Amino acid sequence: MSKSDKKYSRRETLQKLLGSGGLFAIGGMAWAGYVDENKGTAMVLRPPGALEESDFVRACIKCGICVETCPYDTLELAKAGSEYPVGTPYFKPRDIPCYMCTDIPCVIDCPTNALDEDLVSIAKENGESVLDINKSKMGIAVLNTETCLAFWGIRCDACYRACPLIDEAITLDISRNERTGRHAMLKPKINNEVCTGCGMCEHACITEETSIFVLPPNQVKGKVHDQYIKGWEEGDEARIDTTKVYRDTKTNEKSTLDYLNDTESLFEDE
Amino acid sequence: MSRIYKNRYLISRRIVQVTILGLFIASNIYGFNWLKGNLSAAKILDVFFLADPYASLQMLAAGLVISMDVIIGSVIILVFYSLFVGRAFCSWVCPVNIVTDTAFWLRNIINIKIPSGKHLKLTRKVRYWILVLGLVVSAVVGVAAFEYVSPISMLHRGLIYGMGTGWLIVLMVFIFDLLVLKHGWCGYLCPLGAFYSITGKYSLLRINHSKEACTDCNDCKVVCPEVQVLDIIGKKSGYINYGACTNCGRCIDVCEDDALKFSIKKLNKQNTSR
Repeated sequence: MSKSDKKYSRRETLQKLLGSGGLFAIGGMAWAGYVDENKGTAMVLRPPGALEESDFVRACIKCGICVETCPYDTLELAKAGSEYPVGTPYFKPRDIPCYMCTDIPCVIDCPTNALDEDLVSIAKENGESVLDINKSKMGIAVLNTETCLAFWGIRCDACYRACPLIDEAITLDISRNERTGRHAMLKPKINNEVCTGCGMCEHACITEETSIFVLPPNQVKGKVHDQYIKGWEEGDEARIDTTKVYRDTKTNEKSTLDYLNDTESLFEDE
Repeated sequence: MSRIYKNRYLISRRIVQVTILGLFIASNIYGFNWLKGNLSAAKILDVFFLADPYASLQMLAAGLVISMDVIIGSVIILVFYSLFVGRAFCSWVCPVNIVTDTAFWLRNIINIKIPSGKHLKLTRKVRYWILVLGLVVSAVVGVAAFEYVSPISMLHRGLIYGMGTGWLIVLMVFIFDLLVLKHGWCGYLCPLGAFYSITGKYSLLRINHSKEACTDCNDCKVVCPEVQVLDIIGKKSGYINYGACTNCGRCIDVCEDDALKFSIKKLNKQNTSR
């Protein structure tokens, strides 16, 4: 640094400081904005044992070891400019589904626990936990009944046969074909609780574009308010929180009563 | 032979860089377990992990509870560079080094000379601020921020797993170095370089200068990507004790007088130069 650089007055130094400070603030905002825009998409299928999406993108170090370890080349690492957060693993079951290795090498090899062993393990009676790939929740299969041939009355059970949890995750609903009057319909039905999202059904579907497809678990979740109780199921009323007031909207009780008591207006003409 | 000798460290660095990259790529393509992953995190021979300590810091800033594998992997890397080879990651491992060296080489060939005072004015301290900013942005956004934009990860991950549009940011670095600012990316902006500059200050491997042999030709200063670290050249003998020195050895390559060499800093000997 030459000597002339050091001749700044206090005012100039302060101005310079503010200038570079501003530049860094702007740079930081642009940087944060870019990353925030690109850090997540809800529509992505992650490997087995993946944490919930926002935790997953935080924990994933983008090393690709899961991709390399997968014996079926199911997983891919998102390229820059693709629809998924750059460098994170995903799979497209229509191309290659997850074949549900029982030793789950992708999860075992993950250095950051973004793929969490605990999410694909069950506790045994002796307290030991063992891997169970069927516990994974990569997604949930959803059926398009408009294009599913079985719903047309044509005999197809490709997804049902492909499902590794046959008769558990996908069952067949057998009913009479009212159109012909002499055939049966064998309609596939997905059990959301059991479905792991491996995508073997999507891979097997015979229609030009698949009629059964896996959506990320956070995209297929309904939830019922606690006050709706299955009276026919024992113990279900335990869900009711007696300390809670079940009302979402604010009402003005006075105006409600005034309205109900206002008998005059009933006899007025329009 | 002498031409090879005059580029011995340049050639060695390229061999090391390409070998490491090749091991990563081969492990991915053929399913070997030599070196799985990439520079962000890697698994060696299915035995232990290595991890990028700056990436780990960002993840920590983003609010993640870092796993033991990543902590141990980061510490191994940190100890290796800070204790032994200094900022050598930048010149011996990082794939962007090949890009920026090429930009520097081309810059000299097509003779780009921007008159002093006309080129972009930046201080080399900017990178330290970017390093801090990276941690701040990580904390704000909740993910490791530099890993989303890093040309190093883009290039290295891209070469192993597919590039996508990642080549754009690598091209940006190339053009910046070629046309805007000499050694611009590695010397002024890169927060990972800044990180290893800080941690590499006290490493054992150092460039050693002998004033007696020096003829003040200044060839070393022409090629050095961090020319400010060569302040003792021709003035006094001693070690180049700056963390910013990448131990690339280019100065040793071009020195005609044998006034520079790699040496291990003797810890017991009082070192007079700073």
